[in-house]
Amino acid sequence: MLSLGSGGAKSTKPSFVSYVTPEEIKAEKDPPKKEKHPDLLPGEVEFCSANPILKYSQDDLSQHGVFGTLFCTNFRVTFISDETPQEKTAKTFKNKLYGEKNDIPLMCVDHIYGVYDEKRKLITGGLVKNKYPSKMIIHCKDLRVFQFCLTFTKEEDAKKIFQGIAHHCLEEKSLKCVFAFSYMGTPSPGTDLSFCREMLRKQETIMFDSPEDWTQEMKRTKANCRLVIENKNFELSQRLPKYFVIPLAIGDLFSYQGKGLPIWCWSHYSGCALFKASFPPVTQEDGDFQKHLETMINAVAHNYLYSVKTEDLSESLPNIQDIQQSYNKFKQFFLIENSTDFWLSDVKWFSSLESSGWLDIIRQCLQKAVEVVECLEKDNTNVLITEEEGTDLCCVISSLAQIMLDPYYRTLMGFQSLVQKEWVAGCHAFLDRCNHLHQKDKECHSPVFLLFLECVWQLVQQHSPAFQFSETYLTVLSDSVHVPIFSTFLFNSAHHREGVMKAESPLAQSGPLSCPTVWDWSVQFDSKAQNFFYNPLYSEKVKHEKAVRKPHKPKHQRQLSLPSTAFKTPLKKGFFKDETDSLKKMLQVKRLSRWMGSPDSPAATTREFYESWQHRPVDYHGLLLPCLDGPAVRVWMQRYLRWIPEVYILGGGSVAMTTKLMELLSQVQDLKRVLEQRDTSQAAKIDHRPYIQHRLLSFGSSGRLSSSFPFAYTRNRSFKPIIPTGLMQRLMVTDSLASQEDEASSVASFV
Amino acid sequence: MYLFIVCVSTAKDVTYICPFIGPVRGSLTVTNYRLFFRCTDREPVFGLDLPLGALSRAEKIGAATSRGDVSYGLVCKDMRNLRFVHKELEDSLKKSAFEVLMKFAFPVSNNMSLFAFEYKQVFPENGWKVYDPLAEYKRQGLPNESWRISKVNDHYELCDSYPAALFVPVTITDEELRRVFSFRAKGRIPVLSWIHPESQAAVVRASQPMVGQNGRRCKEDEKLLQAIMDANAQSHKLFIFDARPSVNAAANKMKGGGYESEDAYQNAELVFLDIHNIHVMRESLRKLKEVVYPNIEESHWLSNLESTHWLEHIKLILAGALRIADKVESGKTSVVVHCSDGWDRTPQLTSLALIMLDSHYRTIRGFQILLEKEWLSFGHRFQQRVGHGDRNHTDADRSPIFLQFIDCVWQMTRQFPAAFEFNEYFLITILDHLYSCLFGTFLCNSEQQRLKEEVPKRTVSLWSFVNSQLEEFVNPLYVHYPSHVLFPTVGIRHLQLWVTYYIRWNPRMRPQEPVHQRYKELLAKRAELQKRVEELQREAANRTASSSSERAGSPTRSITPVQTFV
Repeated sequence: MLSLGSGGAKSTKPSFVSYVTPEEIKAEKDPPKKEKHPDLLPGEVEFCSANPILKYSQDDLSQHGVFGTLFCTNFRVTFISDETPQEKTAKTFKNKLYGEKNDIPLMCVDHIYGVYDEKRKLITGGLVKNKYPSKMIIHCKDLRVFQFCLTFTKEEDAKKIFQGIAHHCLEEKSLKCVFAFSYMGTPSPGTDLSFCREMLRKQETIMFDSPEDWTQEMKRTKANCRLVIENKNFELSQRLPKYFVIPLAIGDLFSYQGKGLPIWCWSHYSGCALFKASFPPVTQEDGDFQKHLETMINAVAHNYLYSVKTEDLSESLPNIQDIQQSYNKFKQFFLIENSTDFWLSDVKWFSSLESSGWLDIIRQCLQKAVEVVECLEKDNTNVLITEEEGTDLCCVISSLAQIMLDPYYRTLMGFQSLVQKEWVAGCHAFLDRCNHLHQKDKECHSPVFLLFLECVWQLVQQHSPAFQFSETYLTVLSDSVHVPIFSTFLFNSAHHREGVMKAESPLAQSGPLSCPTVWDWSVQFDSKAQNFFYNPLYSEKVKHEKAVRKPHKPKHQRQLSLPSTAFKTPLKKGFFKDETDSLKKMLQVKRLSRWMGSPDSPAATTREFYESWQHRPVDYHGLLLPCLDGPAVRVWMQRYLRWIPEVYILGGGSVAMTTKLMELLSQVQDLKRVLEQRDTSQAAKIDHRPYIQHRLLSFGSSGRLSSSFPFAYTRNRSFKPIIPTGLMQRLMVTDSLASQEDEASSVASFV
Repeated sequence: MYLFIVCVSTAKDVTYICPFIGPVRGSLTVTNYRLFFRCTDREPVFGLDLPLGALSRAEKIGAATSRGDVSYGLVCKDMRNLRFVHKELEDSLKKSAFEVLMKFAFPVSNNMSLFAFEYKQVFPENGWKVYDPLAEYKRQGLPNESWRISKVNDHYELCDSYPAALFVPVTITDEELRRVFSFRAKGRIPVLSWIHPESQAAVVRASQPMVGQNGRRCKEDEKLLQAIMDANAQSHKLFIFDARPSVNAAANKMKGGGYESEDAYQNAELVFLDIHNIHVMRESLRKLKEVVYPNIEESHWLSNLESTHWLEHIKLILAGALRIADKVESGKTSVVVHCSDGWDRTPQLTSLALIMLDSHYRTIRGFQILLEKEWLSFGHRFQQRVGHGDRNHTDADRSPIFLQFIDCVWQMTRQFPAAFEFNEYFLITILDHLYSCLFGTFLCNSEQQRLKEEVPKRTVSLWSFVNSQLEEFVNPLYVHYPSHVLFPTVGIRHLQLWVTYYIRWNPRMRPQEPVHQRYKELLAKRAELQKRVEELQREAANRTASSSSERAGSPTRSITPVQTFV
């Protein structure tokens, strides 16, 4: 039994076995009276705290840790070490809102486990009451794992902090309690100057919250559709955006509360377009509604050449509960509490991955998006994708298809605009899907947006030079979903957002509300850190070349990769296809087909489509298709493995390559600058490409950075190899081969 | 291009049954070196070019069908199978193409010489001069006060699978060494492979001691190991790494072999590394081929991959090498590595550990030296393991040990993209020519055999070819960190299947344009700009020289000199 030197801490239960060596307990014999407090953000309020708490350090194989104070505020759970802070090393990639080492935003908490008498239990409402666990394990949504030992502090403090954390992280709460509403009430930090710059930056991401944004987008893609402003005050439907675009041929807007209304997503240069719609399941009796839907499909067909393909995504893709279940299984493989677990799970790694089905769901989504792309690009057919709500998988598939087709969406600003267009303005129910409020109703939780980012990551890793943004950008974006500050991910629809913002606005005394969007990256990162968002390999379009070739094109014009005919006809059935195409055009026959009805399986036709694309010359500014074969779909290593010390590659990993590339680019840039300085006769402007700022980064001893960089930045990590424990593998070699002699001469009978 | 190639036979109207694009009709040409199939009707033109050395098995499949078709199946060592069909009853020319194929594919079985002995291409470099053992040991600072060169095996009398030059502790006499020869399996005594430039910790390789069931001892062997330990003042311990699983090591006692007992070898600690034998590895690769060729089953890809255990074996080998490197680097302790005979798992482990420890072996020439030293001179049985020109494809001595090693190196290049001077194409080229029999490098089983066959005189070295066009094999991202130890991560999570090697025949897995291309473009751009800057500098210098020399520190001077990689 342990008795603590001072601090009046009650002795722990006799059954408790300490993980801590006596030396460690001695270290805190003198509890600091001068309490440390976290640096609170404007609007952040401290709820409770407890000291001393032992935080186990994760990157240590043994159960060691540091003592400190654990706080719970309205924004986060935070731990402050009693040790005097070590000399601050300049960390290049630091989140201004929370530290990755000691802070857990409340919204980021996934599960809390308590260890009671050596037994681990998932903490739910019922367990919180009187007993508090000796050890508290917190699993975060960004896959960090924290372990705190509560037995060294006073019983009442331990109880209070445990209950406080459990309450604020797990109990259902109202949207108003989300930190964003306290945070935004305070004047935005920073000088006016930086604010102006922010505004400038923001302007580049198109928010799609005004009619002009939509008009501009229609102009950019040469769409011939109709902008609807009748829903400005949500009279039409509360599930639809304020402004949206529909096919010209739709006359009646007001029936069925906008159900079945085809929402325009994007237009192909040929004229055909992609639409999405909410199609509730129709019963046989409901003839009128069925007719309404028929009219809607016809209207889409009218958009271009009277052809349309409709695809019910809820029929062909897993539903949101499947997605949720699969992800729950999948993420377990990365929430690793100790080294033994790690090496045990390493043996069955591949089959575990497969059993979760997560990679397969990613593949299915990409596959479906390729099918949509094929219709638009090869067949020049209008496409209407539908599901019951029209705001989940529709968003995934339509955004993916647009990224594959339109290089603008592969730039950072373009990508952000796309998320605004399809997801935020498009009324994806972020609040419910992300379960920010810990609602008990499990039906509506699902990581749909994360699934989309996963799919984008697959594209990024397969075609890196085509994307202006890096995988670090995607990882940070996926983390930001759980930072309760950004209006982007807090609402279920445009109507919801407006309702809440209106109701909340009197609370903020100083003028209009200023709840930042996630695209305001300066809230989280300084400009130096933001450089990590850019992909050094991005093959930027050569501007003057284009100007020579296509001087008449407007700025955001997509490059038309190849005349569509060159790509249109597969070898096999080319002749007939052409004929029917022209026939169709002549007769203007309405073609309503479903994928299921087509003779070849969709997988086989997309295979063919992929292969013919593969044979074309590389064009990073044209169509982009993913390879979907087994080995090509991979695990997003950076996101999932960044907190696991066992897989850090010291001095290696992609950071080594990125560093080298940045170096290379900066040298190219320096040379260019010198040339320009020399070139006095011509006052040519220096090419201010954003990623060139990378040269500002000094990695110093980049040879010693770990593969998890820029995340999990460990300072004093010793340069030691990570040798598997329990190497004595139970590698099941059941046949007789294992026991054979190396020299075959002794086993002549072997065949 | 290839001298002394005899265009032996051509057959038209042969159908190649491509598993990816279906049947292709074209003409098949067989020479004494390769098989060449071409179909010009398709867009793009379809071609197939295969050195006959890559064939492991070639046979007529079944009898002629009712339609009179005869089909031939070719099983290749490089992870593919080919199938050709042609009509039987036509002119005899076609038939002969396949007969010629059968004959030239397995020259050794037909008492003919391998094509490498006919190939007389001249390259500007002579690759046989890449490895000079004494120069390499000299680079390591040898001989020194603790290690000497022994001439005891000068004529390969004591051990025919070892090189002539052996480094042993100075305190051991040749007479004592002779006794050790009889105590180690196949006479492969503990000799030095590499020595740490600072700590003097040594990597020593050997074969198993012939302990047997009765626990035989050899006091000279014990003295030798003690001397190896004593040669390193930093540590009073010696680690013996036995690559085998302990069960297999113990089973070897029945056959006279075994492992060092800690009673007999004071201060030595024995560690088993659990790496399986050549038969397990062969079987694992066979399963892997089944899983990746020709088609990949998408829905079960990962569990299928796991069931081959291929990456698990890779993990164990890398983990073993990592432990060796760690003991030498962090523990400053000398190590002895052996398996049963010390020519399969032992070179895998020592050469990987050396790559981790010594950045020289991560350069193109350094890697060639490493292969020449650890694999070729120390007698990895390439002829047996690959079966050059041998028809007997079921030979149990065949095993992909070297392929596995190259795979491990590839895994390391993935984890440390800037640490290796060579690129992936270099590794693939080595593997392709391991089978092709175009070069003499990988022929025979030992240094002694290669000398006897006059391989260096009569054939061309692979390194002649490689070093004459280095730019093809350079990694554009290479940064030379002189004293930089690499500790890779061996978790399966960070190991990948080498898709660009094992699945390279699947056209869908090929990237449109390798990223490699992008790097090259960048480097080219830099080189171009640099040239322009230099031109302008020169121009400016000329101008200012005439006026005055006041601006010594002109802005151009401040640019860091840029190294050129290509």
